[in-house]
Amino acid sequence: MANRDINIAVQAGHVHAIVGENGAGKSTLMNILYGLIRPDEGTISVEGTTVDLASPSDAIAAGIGMVHQHFKLADNFTVLENIVLGDEPTKGAWVDFGRAKSRINEIADKYGLEVDPEELVENLGVGDRQRVEILKVLYRGARILILDEPTAVLVPQEVDELFDALRDLKSEGLTVIFISHKLDEVLSVADEITVIRRGTTVATVDPSEVTAHDLAELMVGSELPVPELRDSTVTDKPVLTLDGVTVTSPDGRTLLEGLSFTIHSGEILGIAGVEGNGQAELVDAVMGIRPISSGTVLLGDEDITAWATRKVREAGVYAIPEDRTRQGLLLEAPLWENRMLGHQTEVPNAKGPLIDRKGARADTERIVRDYDVRTPSIDIPASALSGGNQQKLIVGREMSGTPKMLVAAHPTRGVDVGAQAAIWDHMRTARANGLAVLLISADLDELIGMSDSLSVILRGRLVADFDPRSVTPQDLGSAMTGATTSAEGAA
Amino acid sequence: MSAPAATAPTRPAPAGRARLSKGTRLGVAFVGIVALLSLVRILSGADDLTSVGAVAAALGLSVPIGMAALGGLWSERAGVVNIGLEGMMIMGTWCAGWAGYQWGPWAGLVAAIVGGAMFGLLHAVATVTFGVDQIISGVAINILGLGVTQYLSSIAFTGVQGGGPTQSPRVSPMPTVSLPLVKTVLEPVADSGVWLISDLANIAIGLTTNVSVITLLAVAAIVGTYYILWRTRFGLRLRSCGENPWAAESLGVRVMRYKYAAVVASGAFAGMGGAYLVIAYAQIYREGQTGGRGYIGLAAMIFGNWRPGGLAMGSGLFGYVDGLQLRQGGTTVHALLLLAAILLLAFAVWSAWRRKRFSAIAGAVSGSLVLAWYLSTSEVPGEVATIAPYVTTLLVLSLASQRLRMPAADGQVYRKGESH
Amino acid sequence: MSGRFSPRRIALTLAAPVLAIIFSLLIASIVLLAVGDSPLVVFQAMLDYGVRPRTMVLTINTATTYYLSAVAVAIGFKMNLFNIGVDGQYRLAAMLAAAVGGAISLPSPLHALVVVLVAMLVGAMWAGIAGVLRAYRGVSEVISTIMLNAIATGVIAYMLRPGRLAVSTQGSNNIGTKPIPESGHVPGFAFVPGTETKVYGFVFLAVLVGVAYWYMLNRTRFGFDLRATGMSESAAVSSGVSVKRMIVTAMLLSGAVAGLVGMPQLLGGSYSYSLDFPAGLGFTGIAIALLGRNNPVGIAFGALLWAFLTNSAQILDLEGVPKEIANIMQGTIVLSVVVAYELVRRYRLREQQQQVGEQVAEEPPTPRTGSDMGAPV
Repeated sequence: MANRDINIAVQAGHVHAIVGENGAGKSTLMNILYGLIRPDEGTISVEGTTVDLASPSDAIAAGIGMVHQHFKLADNFTVLENIVLGDEPTKGAWVDFGRAKSRINEIADKYGLEVDPEELVENLGVGDRQRVEILKVLYRGARILILDEPTAVLVPQEVDELFDALRDLKSEGLTVIFISHKLDEVLSVADEITVIRRGTTVATVDPSEVTAHDLAELMVGSELPVPELRDSTVTDKPVLTLDGVTVTSPDGRTLLEGLSFTIHSGEILGIAGVEGNGQAELVDAVMGIRPISSGTVLLGDEDITAWATRKVREAGVYAIPEDRTRQGLLLEAPLWENRMLGHQTEVPNAKGPLIDRKGARADTERIVRDYDVRTPSIDIPASALSGGNQQKLIVGREMSGTPKMLVAAHPTRGVDVGAQAAIWDHMRTARANGLAVLLISADLDELIGMSDSLSVILRGRLVADFDPRSVTPQDLGSAMTGATTSAEGAA
Repeated sequence: MSAPAATAPTRPAPAGRARLSKGTRLGVAFVGIVALLSLVRILSGADDLTSVGAVAAALGLSVPIGMAALGGLWSERAGVVNIGLEGMMIMGTWCAGWAGYQWGPWAGLVAAIVGGAMFGLLHAVATVTFGVDQIISGVAINILGLGVTQYLSSIAFTGVQGGGPTQSPRVSPMPTVSLPLVKTVLEPVADSGVWLISDLANIAIGLTTNVSVITLLAVAAIVGTYYILWRTRFGLRLRSCGENPWAAESLGVRVMRYKYAAVVASGAFAGMGGAYLVIAYAQIYREGQTGGRGYIGLAAMIFGNWRPGGLAMGSGLFGYVDGLQLRQGGTTVHALLLLAAILLLAFAVWSAWRRKRFSAIAGAVSGSLVLAWYLSTSEVPGEVATIAPYVTTLLVLSLASQRLRMPAADGQVYRKGESH
Repeated sequence: MSGRFSPRRIALTLAAPVLAIIFSLLIASIVLLAVGDSPLVVFQAMLDYGVRPRTMVLTINTATTYYLSAVAVAIGFKMNLFNIGVDGQYRLAAMLAAAVGGAISLPSPLHALVVVLVAMLVGAMWAGIAGVLRAYRGVSEVISTIMLNAIATGVIAYMLRPGRLAVSTQGSNNIGTKPIPESGHVPGFAFVPGTETKVYGFVFLAVLVGVAYWYMLNRTRFGFDLRATGMSESAAVSSGVSVKRMIVTAMLLSGAVAGLVGMPQLLGGSYSYSLDFPAGLGFTGIAIALLGRNNPVGIAFGALLWAFLTNSAQILDLEGVPKEIANIMQGTIVLSVVVAYELVRRYRLREQQQQVGEQVAEEPPTPRTGSDMGAPV
């Protein structure tokens, strides 16, 4: 049962936040409000009238508009086409593109959401795309906006802009329902907060009367493990050295430019940045998936710049990929076969040209134990696991054996707190034993807490270095968006 | 507006600045191609390269290929890959033969469209409703199409006069249309044999003489497709199913319905292409008549970058080669060797200028080999000439495949209500 | 679900093909009734004829060729490559191998071995063209292999003329390659009592190929890489597989096995490649690979079933029923079996997800505060 006895009353002209943990039932609730799922029991009323939302069209007709967390935009279409799809103005038999365009510009001006209607969506950045999603619902006359985790992919500055926009919408009489699990943001913008736990509404509170801690307690209530600072294990033996690494795409764009850094044995280098600034390309370049146009990559003393991926991995450089379902797993294959992925030429997975099934299976059992992967057996396909458990399996796999170097991209994404702490512990232990880690993350707490040195990547360049002991999330956020590029403190 | 957030570094300059309009550029390119062909004609003496007959054949044979391509376009624009076009076309040929010999060409055309559409419906049910892998379903439909038509032919055509287990009785042809004025005016120009001018005259005459009604319908279909898919609500919604069906679903578009409509339409067009082969071209149904044109149509669609104008050009190209080899096969295809040699050597020069060493060497070597082949023989053996359209298809795809952009969600399985 | 070979699991695996067969019998019955024939009479005739000893031998022989064709296709399928070109590959391979076989003279079994190797080489190269085009130029192998089929037909037609690779046979209109001398023949053996017709010796080769296929896929690193690339190209790339090389290698392997398809007929029956050499075996292979789900045992059953249908239908001509009814049955099986497999797959996945969900349900989710900027699941 995903939702049970949900009771929420949202007032007009309010920003009402709904908070809850992953899996608490927020998404199901939103899908119900948007007509994608029918409730088995209970009623929904809009402005006093009971409504039956059997499809998104019904929701749209009731004035409800949903801005999805994972944008639903067609890259090859223009902003205009994406906005009017399903509700196109016509002139006779033809779509009236002119009228659509002026209408969109009208709304955009009214609410301060600037876009170019003729631009192809694939050319837009994340913040712009979100604006298109908001315009989509406003275009349809939504009076109630539902925003699903809107700040998940935004930096602090963009979050502020979004909240300003929400206040504008509020002043025009619109109502905003805002789902999040980021309690401090919620406290800063909401008029009311409803807490959902395990599918039920637990409480509705006034933000001026509670703290983030109170909310967390309402959500479930256990201590937040902070990845705290500890003794330095950094040695002076360089493991990974990048010198002037530049990567250009086949059609000439510069993706990475002049990247230089050194990671020593026992050191974790954290790279902070908004998604899409070259992090994925950096991982690909180090792992040999993407060709490097100029510059060198050294593993210890060896030049691995031109090495193929398999050779890099066999030399002891492992990677936790950014996109686990596309890069880290074979969804249809059983867990024990997934354990071999990326390591199929090594013990315990292989003996010469043959696969060692027994060895792989035994080792998979070990990983399941050590990393708390919740699964009934190692024979079920990876697609049957939840995202968090999939991530745990991948982390366990990539930290097996004795790698020299670990490239970890968002290693605890989607993982619940207990397992997150466990993964951090494993990493710290390995680090103490000499592992070098390139940590790429968007979790500022993780970065600040786990890194020995911290850099910021922006548009393919490293633009700032920080001392994790003294840096604040605000500093990081500014550097990540290019608002400031000053280096603060010594790394 | 916030500071640029997550855009990657330096973007390429947006297209569409101060350039010649697309129409002008196409016109110039067309004339350039004819000029080249004319040159080859004069050098090799193969007059059939640009003769009225060749042009008429090119136009005609581009219809089945073009209709298959159009069918592919409708289907793939809605996100469904349709490899089964060949089977749908085969069904079209059979239905055209069966209805055509009994009730005339128009009945044959209608029957072919219906027959193709039914197979399209089958593909839709398998892929859209049941989520079967689209390529597998397409292959299965091709197998089924062959089997069904073989079986039906045995039953329907044996014992009927003029028919047999692998062919139907004769079908009367579809009426044709002409603009005789063009012929009378331009014929002297055409006969003169002057470089480029006479060839253009030939083309004009060929395109306006004895054009089958089906061809006209086909042209209307292509033009109509552009307007429907790019200018109407229906079309925008259909295309959204092929770009991001989950976005479309979230806006209330009934994705399943559009996919069904598109795939059924694609079968109908393929059937129409088959009808042309029977009613306008051969005036009889014969087993194996389609000769892979369903697949060549797919290649034309890919070459045309999934757009109606592009696929018309692609179909024209493939139809032209198809027509040449069916006419004086040996000598004309031989002349094509000279054309190929010139193009390859030109490519080699261009690659060298662009400093692409591998391409330059490949072009130079292959160009020289082809030139040597041309010079040392006086004609290409008949069997080898028949493969000219297929070789052309391969070559075109090899060179063009990299720069194309297919609908973003093409080939993906869509299930209602999936979170994405 | 309990163990890996539980009766339940076996039942589910068999459900799809069985359903498909029943469905196709139904459709065929409808078609027959529509034309005025009695389905029961037809099926009975097919069955009676099919179990006769001679027909059974022919069935095994046909199944041998079908099996090889299906394995060739299956290798491609495992890599998510659609090698529709098995047809052109095996015919070109058979013709050139036959020409070589007729031209040389070696002691047996060397002679036959050389012929087989030539066939595998030609098949591999022909498929390799499509592989290279796909890996390095992005050309869809579906279209390129089909084009290559047509080109192969043209090349064969060109070569198979007296004065080039063929010689005319006295007393008939048939043109073929020079017959392969005795030393190149592969003898059959009388296996089924009650008939003199021999079973191809090549049936052993087919079994060998099947075993090798299974072993390669499941026990070697290469096989793992192949399956991984077929399941998720991006994951395979991240894990170190060179996808381009994989594509070419897979197509080469597939083509090599395709080259074997014509060998049973060539070295066990006709000893020469002529105009009436069986055609269309490539497409049959596709259907059987689908039916058998690319599994060596499943393909074997599929090949036998298919061969049975084809051979037992031969009798129908005498009954005045077009034997193409077997083709309709076959085509229907293909389509319905893929639908059935999809349904079974969805059912199984839902079951497994439920299982995992039940196991995990006890754990209370714990909160995360702070400025987490990752995208949660």
